[in-house]
Amino acid sequence: MIRFDRAGFRYGGTPVLTDVDLEIEEGELCLVAGRTGTGKSTLLRAVDGLVPHFTGGTLTGRVTVAGRDTRDHPPRELADVVGYVGQDPRAGFVSDVVEEELAYGMESLGLAPDVMRRRVEETLDLLGLAGLRDRPLGTLSGGQAQRVAIGSVLTTHPKVLVLDEPTSALDPVGAEDVLATLQRLVHDLGLTVLLAEHRLERVVHLADSMVLLPGGGRPPVYGPTGAIMVESPVAPPVVRLGRLAGWTPLPLSVRDARRAAAPLRERLATAPPPVPSAPGGERRTLASVHGLEVRYGPVPALRGVDLSVASGEVIALMGRNGAGKSSLLRALVGLLRPAGGRVRVGDAAPHETPPRVMVRTAGLVPQDAADLLYAETVAAECAAADRDMAAEHGTCRSLFERLAPGVDDALHPRDLSEGQRLALALAVILTGRPPLVLLDEPTRGLDYTAKERLAEIVRDLAAGGHAVVLATHDVELVAEVATRTVVVAEGEIVADGPTAEVVVSSPAFAPQVGKILAPAPVLTVDQVREALS
Amino acid sequence: MTRRVHPGAWWLWALGLATAATRTTDPLLLLLVGAVTGTVVAVRRTDDPWARAYGMFLRIGLFVVVVRLVFGAVFAAQAPGTTLVTLPSVTLPSWMAGLRVGGPVTAEGLTVAGYDALRLATVLVCVGAANALAAPSRLLKSVPGALYEVGVAVVVAMTFAPQAVAHVRRVRDAQRLRGRADRGIRSLRRLAMPVLEGALDRSVQLAAAMDARGYGRTAAVPRARRRATAALVLGGLLAVCAGLYGLLDGQAPAALGTPVLLAGTVCAAAGLWLGGRRSPRTRYRPDPWALPEWVTGGSGVLAAAAMTVAGLIGTDGLRPVPGTVPGLPALPAAGVLVALAPVLLRRIRA
Repeated sequence: MIRFDRAGFRYGGTPVLTDVDLEIEEGELCLVAGRTGTGKSTLLRAVDGLVPHFTGGTLTGRVTVAGRDTRDHPPRELADVVGYVGQDPRAGFVSDVVEEELAYGMESLGLAPDVMRRRVEETLDLLGLAGLRDRPLGTLSGGQAQRVAIGSVLTTHPKVLVLDEPTSALDPVGAEDVLATLQRLVHDLGLTVLLAEHRLERVVHLADSMVLLPGGGRPPVYGPTGAIMVESPVAPPVVRLGRLAGWTPLPLSVRDARRAAAPLRERLATAPPPVPSAPGGERRTLASVHGLEVRYGPVPALRGVDLSVASGEVIALMGRNGAGKSSLLRALVGLLRPAGGRVRVGDAAPHETPPRVMVRTAGLVPQDAADLLYAETVAAECAAADRDMAAEHGTCRSLFERLAPGVDDALHPRDLSEGQRLALALAVILTGRPPLVLLDEPTRGLDYTAKERLAEIVRDLAAGGHAVVLATHDVELVAEVATRTVVVAEGEIVADGPTAEVVVSSPAFAPQVGKILAPAPVLTVDQVREALS
Repeated sequence: MTRRVHPGAWWLWALGLATAATRTTDPLLLLLVGAVTGTVVAVRRTDDPWARAYGMFLRIGLFVVVVRLVFGAVFAAQAPGTTLVTLPSVTLPSWMAGLRVGGPVTAEGLTVAGYDALRLATVLVCVGAANALAAPSRLLKSVPGALYEVGVAVVVAMTFAPQAVAHVRRVRDAQRLRGRADRGIRSLRRLAMPVLEGALDRSVQLAAAMDARGYGRTAAVPRARRRATAALVLGGLLAVCAGLYGLLDGQAPAALGTPVLLAGTVCAAAGLWLGGRRSPRTRYRPDPWALPEWVTGGSGVLAAAAMTVAGLIGTDGLRPVPGTVPGLPALPAAGVLVALAPVLLRRIRA
């Protein structure tokens, strides 16, 4: 169905892809994995002709989809065989209401009105969108928007569906919805699906095959998922646990792993329970929130929230998209004025503190870390941060060097990798030496290596007396670093306690290792390794 | 689910009423037009965001009345009559045409200004009613195929505005997070770059998404037909301009007026139709034009027609003389009341 024939892609003088030789069969669900910057998006976009017709650059070799050569067919001429959904589904919406959006592609292809009508109804049912048909697109949640975007390309009955990071921005439940939908499409309609995803733990068990992009100009590896996973440098916790325990065949799903894990569970039952690393040193309360209420117009975002944050703690805020996690973080740095209740950070109410003073008590890295960066080069950004925070010259640069060593000073912040950009934004915030560090959805777009680095940084900060609060959907990161987990739903705190207690009991928030080895109180592969040694 | 009336029908209705309003200065008739639009909007409006447009236009209308009255009192040469109050007056020097500002304000002068202002306000309120009742995106969907690209551009622009506002907010938050003041000229400059960058990013992403979904597919068109299309549209529009000029300029030969205008319109329409066939697009659930549309649009046209006919046959009271009590001439009033018909449709459409 999709054929890459010695295909390569160069952007200017920089090779992005080399020697891609693969053939994806009809009805296959193929996962594209690799570290950031290895060309996953480029590979996907080559399938529907956006590369090189839209992006420029030089494509060598040949890419054919359903017999059509992308060289002679620009994206619009492939629209009836390839459906492409980009990283941010909202950025691709053309109309204003769900139903219109579903019909848009068919209108472009010039399908007959009665066919369009029938397919819109079918698609609404297939993706469970019937209740949303009249909704303005701006009011959809992340998971809904993703499903509408998928639906809007499905109505043209493409043979291939291409998805770039379909679940990265979604909470665990929304991601489940989208993935269940995908599986149904592959099983029922025989659709060929090609998707890229950083969060392998969410998708690896659904994939029939994998393309692993090693980067650095080496050709990609393509094969059945199980075989690729044995060697893959990027691997979800279930696979890493499987490797540790030496299971063959390597399990890819929690279910398979649980069936193989009975002996391991017995061994763990006799091993001493892992000692939770208690934060050492003197603990003082850095922030306290009492009965906090926040509203956007008439809509309440937070209701009666109580929380206190002490130094040395790493608190994970979890909950659905739109549950109020970001609002709580924003209230803690004074970006939101509470409608009721009290917020104290340090000795002051944040919304009454001028920004220049606030940066010394609490710093927030927003969801899109790039928002914080303005300058043309890394060096200029760091110098500006020193000036903004009235810090000694060079403070920010040396912090950045510690977080992400060896980055060229002359690079534009936009040209950094996701992980480096996050590190730079964090360095900017840390320049003010705030005791309270807040991170909003820090793992979006980070690969496993960058995530491990982030986990180390967060642990170092906590050990250095900072308190870190992170709002995240990433259950694996929470299991790695959080000492305490707070679950927010509908603007209220519904659970607050040590991470192990809170997440193990929750089907949505439990990490893979927790699910596999329950009731043993271990959450990460490292903890298993420690318990066994 | 009930179906929406074609937005074109609402515009026809509203423009009919607006036309009627421009042909009279009788305050009672004008208020009647206003009341009719208000009633229909109150009965037929939806919960959509644009339905609030009516109230906004009503306020603009009131503002126009007030401004016109103030200007009428201060600047305009007053009609002779009862002096209400005498403002301190200044006569501007002769190089400024010797205008006089201030001076006595007469009841008759104010009345004339008031009637005039009320007429303008009523036209505005009619436009407001159309805005409140007709979904803007659906209206754009009904433009001829050849103008489709323009329609898409407008829809995209409408969704971009709120996104840009959200982005400005994000960037301002980020400024605060870096410890910078979020007010002042310098912060404005720092705001502009990221917001422009963001807008550019989004447009590139959107263009890619639209291309990937088949936007801009064209059918193969013979060159002769393409040239014919261009010639028809351009020639037609030129003829429309010439025709309008002929109509408006009293000294132009009569042949340059209506006939040329009509011929130009036909040419342009044919060109648009031909051009529309270039794109293989179809429309999903186009709004049909059926009985409710005929009734809605027709009632507006009737109101305009009644007023025009009344003007032509010289009905008394269409332009009341200041100082007399304005009346409510029967024919135009009946015409305006016909435009209430959409209220009755509420039951039919269910």
